[in-house]
Amino acid sequence: MAVDHEHLGHVLRRAGFGASAAELSALDGMSTFEALAYVLNVDDQPDDVDSKIGQPDYINVTARGPFSPDSVIDDARQRWLFRMVHSRRPLQEKMALFWHNHFATAYSKIAGTFGTIQGAKMLALKEGALPGPQGQIETFREKGLGSFRDLLVEVARDPAMLVWLDGRTNTRQRPQENFGREVMELFTLGVGHYVEEDVYAAARVFTGWNLRLVGDPNTTAGYYEFAYVPGNHDTTAKTFTFPIYSDGSKTIPARAASAGMQDGIDFLTALATHPATAERLARRMWNFFVSEVIPPDPEYLRGAASIYFGNDTRIKPLVQYTLQSRWFQNPGNWHSRYAWPAEFAVRAVKEVGFLGFSVDNMRAPLTAMGQTLFEPPDVAGWELAQGWFSTGAMLSRMNFAATIAANQRFNLASAAASAKDSPDTFVQYFLDRLTPAPFDAESLDTMKAYLVDGGPWTGATAQLQTKGAGLARLIVGSAQYQVM
Amino acid sequence: MPNPSRASRSPRLSRRTFIRGGVSAFTLSFAAPAFLSDIAQAQGARARNLVVVYLAGGNDALSTVVPYQDPFYYSRRPTIAVPAGQVLQIGSDSAGRALGLHPRLTGLNEIFKAGRLAVIQRTGYANSSRSHFQGSDIWGTGDPALKVSDGWLGRYLATLPDDALLGWSATQELPRALSSRDVSVPAIPNAATYAFASPNVGAEAVRERTAATAIASHLPDDRPQLAFVNRTAQSAFATLDRVASVATYGGTVTYPNNGFATALRTVAGAIVRGVGTRVFWVQTGGYDTHSGQGAAGGGAYATLMSTLGDGLLAFYNDLRNQGALNDTLVLQFSEFGRRITENGSNGTDHGAGAVMMALGGGVRGGIYGTAASLDPAPSNPTLENGGGDVTYQTDFRSVYAKVLDDWLGASSPGVLGGDFRVGAPPIV
Repeated sequence: MAVDHEHLGHVLRRAGFGASAAELSALDGMSTFEALAYVLNVDDQPDDVDSKIGQPDYINVTARGPFSPDSVIDDARQRWLFRMVHSRRPLQEKMALFWHNHFATAYSKIAGTFGTIQGAKMLALKEGALPGPQGQIETFREKGLGSFRDLLVEVARDPAMLVWLDGRTNTRQRPQENFGREVMELFTLGVGHYVEEDVYAAARVFTGWNLRLVGDPNTTAGYYEFAYVPGNHDTTAKTFTFPIYSDGSKTIPARAASAGMQDGIDFLTALATHPATAERLARRMWNFFVSEVIPPDPEYLRGAASIYFGNDTRIKPLVQYTLQSRWFQNPGNWHSRYAWPAEFAVRAVKEVGFLGFSVDNMRAPLTAMGQTLFEPPDVAGWELAQGWFSTGAMLSRMNFAATIAANQRFNLASAAASAKDSPDTFVQYFLDRLTPAPFDAESLDTMKAYLVDGGPWTGATAQLQTKGAGLARLIVGSAQYQVM
Repeated sequence: MPNPSRASRSPRLSRRTFIRGGVSAFTLSFAAPAFLSDIAQAQGARARNLVVVYLAGGNDALSTVVPYQDPFYYSRRPTIAVPAGQVLQIGSDSAGRALGLHPRLTGLNEIFKAGRLAVIQRTGYANSSRSHFQGSDIWGTGDPALKVSDGWLGRYLATLPDDALLGWSATQELPRALSSRDVSVPAIPNAATYAFASPNVGAEAVRERTAATAIASHLPDDRPQLAFVNRTAQSAFATLDRVASVATYGGTVTYPNNGFATALRTVAGAIVRGVGTRVFWVQTGGYDTHSGQGAAGGGAYATLMSTLGDGLLAFYNDLRNQGALNDTLVLQFSEFGRRITENGSNGTDHGAGAVMMALGGGVRGGIYGTAASLDPAPSNPTLENGGGDVTYQTDFRSVYAKVLDDWLGASSPGVLGGDFRVGAPPIV
């Protein structure tokens, strides 16, 4: 049973954000197969998480005036964190975070260009909440497990991306290379699979993929939407150094301006179905779901590429292949992924407790840990793995552990009262609840010694409150908790 | 860039139990003054230090140092040009071009008058990148080919005896310039919040910290991920008490109330308290002025200049009062200059040649390099990109070389991976 419990914890940490005590007990007893099906079949679970905001028994949000997650970025951050904590579709939020890093787009540039309202809307608008196209993160939630080729097309016409990589100014008179370069370098092929001539040609492909303003941009009703502007499109042929069409042709033919948008569709389709893209995505999947400690197994990469091409570039089969693979199942690879700050903080909140805590109190600590949602440092995304761990960021993680432990002092003490018999049982309770990587015996002794440092163990309520919070802080602030 | 999420930290969180009392109790048990001065001596306190100031976004050099007698400056910038009557005149360069500082740079003007501000015009490199990412990486690594991944300052720090506080980034992230495979540099924007938090207080918090330190001391060979994180945690613990000694520093002058000045006060505190840091990094954003730069010397750019000049003057005066000015060199840069001609939205787009400045007690003040003529004629050799941008004159790496060799006492060819000493402006 204990092994199943640990296995379930592994699945939920990797494919989601960990499990609260209540979630874990509801899922306990599931077979591995059932647990994976629960996680993967996102559509079988209701998409009702937003309706829980503000309800008792859920983590709080903090409203300054009306809570406006569709037009105020800090509220959008709160809503996303709330979803990570409570969604019954954890993989959906996990993939949204994955794509947010892959197609890294930062609010500050959009807000600096079109103001804070449009900045928040372009990234976070939930379809129908306000006029205008849905925000980028909603596209990731909606299509993040679908066809990569479709997702790539959506991203290329996404208003936030058109601002972020300057596609909005890309015209035949003045081709803009920013998106054309990054779509190859970062979103698909990777460096080494294209040359500068391809960058110039790619820029021309997307000429005329611009934005159109509807209404007043300084109001929540106004918005920008994608507009293909035929007059801005370069109609001449574009030749690449790699095949664009299945017959091996490397040239996108000259087309009438009115039909010129097909250039981009053809090009993005070619990128999505390029072998280098399949390998790049597979490597990222491995690092995201399997391990950052050992490099991708060549057999995994071969299998992933074949799944990717065999399923019309759909992501869900790729994730399923990964989660069902022997590398994912191998306990030797558990706890071998450095938790992103958002993953760390959300998991801590789920495992330590959240009643009476607000997601708003996660925002400043997350910034200090190096991950402000909707604000990746640049188009290459965050520096992952060991890159998260500057001394200041590590201190911030430890201090967030202190914040949540202090906040949950009373809840923890009453929940752990059943384990108050001895320092041994008390420590075991916290290890079971917080699911860190295994500690060495000496560190476990240190924890037990901490419990009796200052006075003998009595199990009195005051002692449980003090030492319980301190122990939670020690575990959540440890290296064993920074990996997942 | 000002960080909204920090500014809006909730009251509950700011009241959370930072055990400042606990830290001082901990420090006292080691007899704080001797402890700190031992470290200071070991680190060679009062050794020279370098404070790099990065203007993030690509500073519009032509608005900072204005060629106010160039008619093309006014014809190409009909809206945003700083009127000649407003500039703070600093004389002419060796080509006879009259120059004036932006009217809000009164602080820097004061330092210039004292002979301790060097203005280095037209710094850059061939085929200047107009990309923020590439540009800041090039200035950070000192390698326009970007074959090198470590930063130029990181490589310098790697030549020094190891210590957890050799470098200090007073901004949230670690900049490329300070990154190094061999040296770990902490990011500490505000020493007061670089503190160990505990859910408990007093002796109980100290017990918890003791346990946390013991747990972090394990570096298991068979689990490199845990060993790595624990090394970082150890480094955090090792720096806490020294940084705490800076947290109480208020300064001898009143610093302006903004993030840039707060970071400078933190740096001044670290210098005055002698924690042994050799290279500090401070940055201030908002320089990507594509639009709304401001008309006739006012507006958004003027605010940037006030923040810059007032903050640096406070820092300069504070260090002078503390007798630390002669140990300190401030070096300002930005990833590129901007287009000469204003764009359609009262702003300027990404350009080339940039302005660097240096200030401090050891600086030989004055104007270095010559201003470009802004005449768009194709024959004008001081411009590039069809007359659109200012061409560099001084390789930025020669300035780095000067600082490394003649200020920090390092060997610049080794650090920079090449000899850039020729043509270096003699700013120190």
